Amino acid sequence: MSKFNKKKSGALPPISTASLPDIVFMLLFFFMVVTVLRDSNLLVQNKLPKADQVEKLKKDRSIYIYAGKPSDAYKDKYGTEGRIQIGDKYTDVSNLRPALEGLRGKLRPELQNKVMVALKVDEETNTGLVSDIKQELREANMLKLIYITSPGNELDQ
Amino acid sequence: MARRATPEVNAGSMADIAFLLLIFFLVTTTIEKDKGIARQLPPMEEQKPEDRVIIKERNLFIVNVNKNDQLLVEDELMQLKDLRQAAIDFLDNGGAASNSPEYCNYCKGKRSSDSSDNPDKAIVSVQNDRLTSYKMYINVQNELVAAYNYLRNRESQRLYGWKFTEVKKAIDEGDFNGNVSATEEKLKNIQTLFPQKLSEAEPKKKGS
Repeated sequence: MSKFNKKKSGALPPISTASLPDIVFMLLFFFMVVTVLRDSNLLVQNKLPKADQVEKLKKDRSIYIYAGKPSDAYKDKYGTEGRIQIGDKYTDVSNLRPALEGLRGKLRPELQNKVMVALKVDEETNTGLVSDIKQELREANMLKLIYITSPGNELDQ
Repeated sequence: MARRATPEVNAGSMADIAFLLLIFFLVTTTIEKDKGIARQLPPMEEQKPEDRVIIKERNLFIVNVNKNDQLLVEDELMQLKDLRQAAIDFLDNGGAASNSPEYCNYCKGKRSSDSSDNPDKAIVSVQNDRLTSYKMYINVQNELVAAYNYLRNRESQRLYGWKFTEVKKAIDEGDFNGNVSATEEKLKNIQTLFPQKLSEAEPKKKGS
């Protein structure tokens, strides 16, 4: 009889945590692979408008332009008027072209003619600012642009 | 000589180290989700062209957005939700007579004589005020692209049995199995049936 009730001790067996490091490492590697370190610090508010008829951005040939009202931390200094940000600092419409040329120079040479400008503009910005940017892009002969949006549709709500 | 066993490394803190790294990467991660509406800008005009192309009034679909984000489509006030259908009706109209060279044999519209002749001639013109919000601007663009996509999907479904947008997305993301170049040829064909002719006027300087 004792053969069968050998395991009938009252306490639960402890859960083995030996595989815990493995699990954590697995998660760690996942996040390491998908991580892209932010290369620029956002100085403007950036709530993107919603759209669903979208295409994917080709990252290797793109230049980012941010625009919107200065974010809360910079409000006192720069006011609440919409502003343009390239890289890590605010840029004027008049300085846009040299800044863009500089960024284009950093791309791989074979992609410099296929450069695509990604506009990340806050939804509360006036369209006037965006069309100023577009005029400058035309002058700089960077004719491909993409309005980055967040998924969804405004009509659904 | 007594052989000394190598002492075992204590791996108890391994999990802690891994957790630390994990949390660091969790915090710094931004999963890339950049998608958007792509546009091609018109090149800068060197000089004013002498002979301007005359576009018939009926081939123009004018969408006007004012500073209060209200839509005026073909001189009528319209809600955003009706814009897509209005654009589809305009593009798909095919008003040219059945014996003229511009006749559109794949259009399924009303063939009314005061709307577009054929999709190739049809031009959508968006006019903004400088004070229009960017949100509204994108919404309008989105609805217009949706109208084009609807018609392109319909034609590709009819001709090839698949949806234009789905196949294009699969090719862009590189997970299309099949003959890519032949399919791209077909995509081009669909695009010539319904070419995306969205014109943007330079915005007016003052609010009206």
